[in-house]
Amino acid sequence: MEQTTHRSAAVRDGLGVGLAVGLSGLAFGAAAITAGLSVAQACVLSLLAFTGASQFALAGAVGAGGDLMAAAAGALLLGGRNTLYGLRLADLLRVRGPRRLLAAQGVIDETTAVTLAQPSPEAARVGFTTTFASLYVTWNLTTLAGALGTSFLGDPGMFGLDAVGPATFLAILWPRLAGSVQLRWLAVAGAAVALCATPFFPPGVPVLLSAVVVLAVLAR
Amino acid sequence: MTLWWAIAAVCAGCYALKLAGLAAPRRVLDHPRVRRFAELVPVALLAALIAVQMFAEHGELRFDPARTAGLCAAVVALVLRAPFLVILATAAAVTALVRVFMG
Repeated sequence: MEQTTHRSAAVRDGLGVGLAVGLSGLAFGAAAITAGLSVAQACVLSLLAFTGASQFALAGAVGAGGDLMAAAAGALLLGGRNTLYGLRLADLLRVRGPRRLLAAQGVIDETTAVTLAQPSPEAARVGFTTTFASLYVTWNLTTLAGALGTSFLGDPGMFGLDAVGPATFLAILWPRLAGSVQLRWLAVAGAAVALCATPFFPPGVPVLLSAVVVLAVLAR
Repeated sequence: MTLWWAIAAVCAGCYALKLAGLAAPRRVLDHPRVRRFAELVPVALLAALIAVQMFAEHGELRFDPARTAGLCAAVVALVLRAPFLVILATAAAVTALVRVFMG
């Protein structure tokens, strides 16, 4: 009985997060087109990269006219946190072979949050699967809708869409900043390093340099 | 074509990073420095991305009053605990409105 309750609660959590966060694919579709990506390029990123912050980062760097190597490196650095999520989820999901290859695509912020919040390993697996499935479908459909919609609009700046990227990053960052003074200082320092480096390096590189601040914090 | 290569690299790399976590030996996670690095890097990177997208254009620093107003509106929405999409819509709407009124 309790098992069933846990499972349906996990399904509810997964669908809620999947559908709500999935809608922000609209913002990614819009940001990608604003940055100069094609509709196909936006959709391929959502289908295959499927990790929001990295996708926004690549689009943002491309939009700034940046060096593509640096843009890709920045996106991959942001994707590095999914590796740590995978390490934590491996014990709970216990997937092997082809199922592991499929599950790997779903290892992102939202699925990890839902999975780790469940009371039992079984509910955790249900939560992971539900979040992954609902978020994957919604994120890809809304990416297409956002990209098509924006490419019909003409000048995206007229609709303030260039503010959507920074606002997205701020919304992702906010809960972490709210909890820790040290992280707030780290954020300020990261932003300052990137801005100071901007006149001297090709676009994309200043963002990577902000990771140096992390090394400074770790070295203390 | 070059942009497609960057997209392919990001897609392949992001997948490999996810798979590496699921497939790696457990003891990697026990290293506190690895954990700490993973916790800190996104904060510095996201903050840098916000700063650069707000105040840099084509390798130069530039202040855009409309976009700044939009981000300030997003901060207000965040403080008021607005839902994610409302935050983004607020930022876009305020940016667009300020642009209209400032010509």
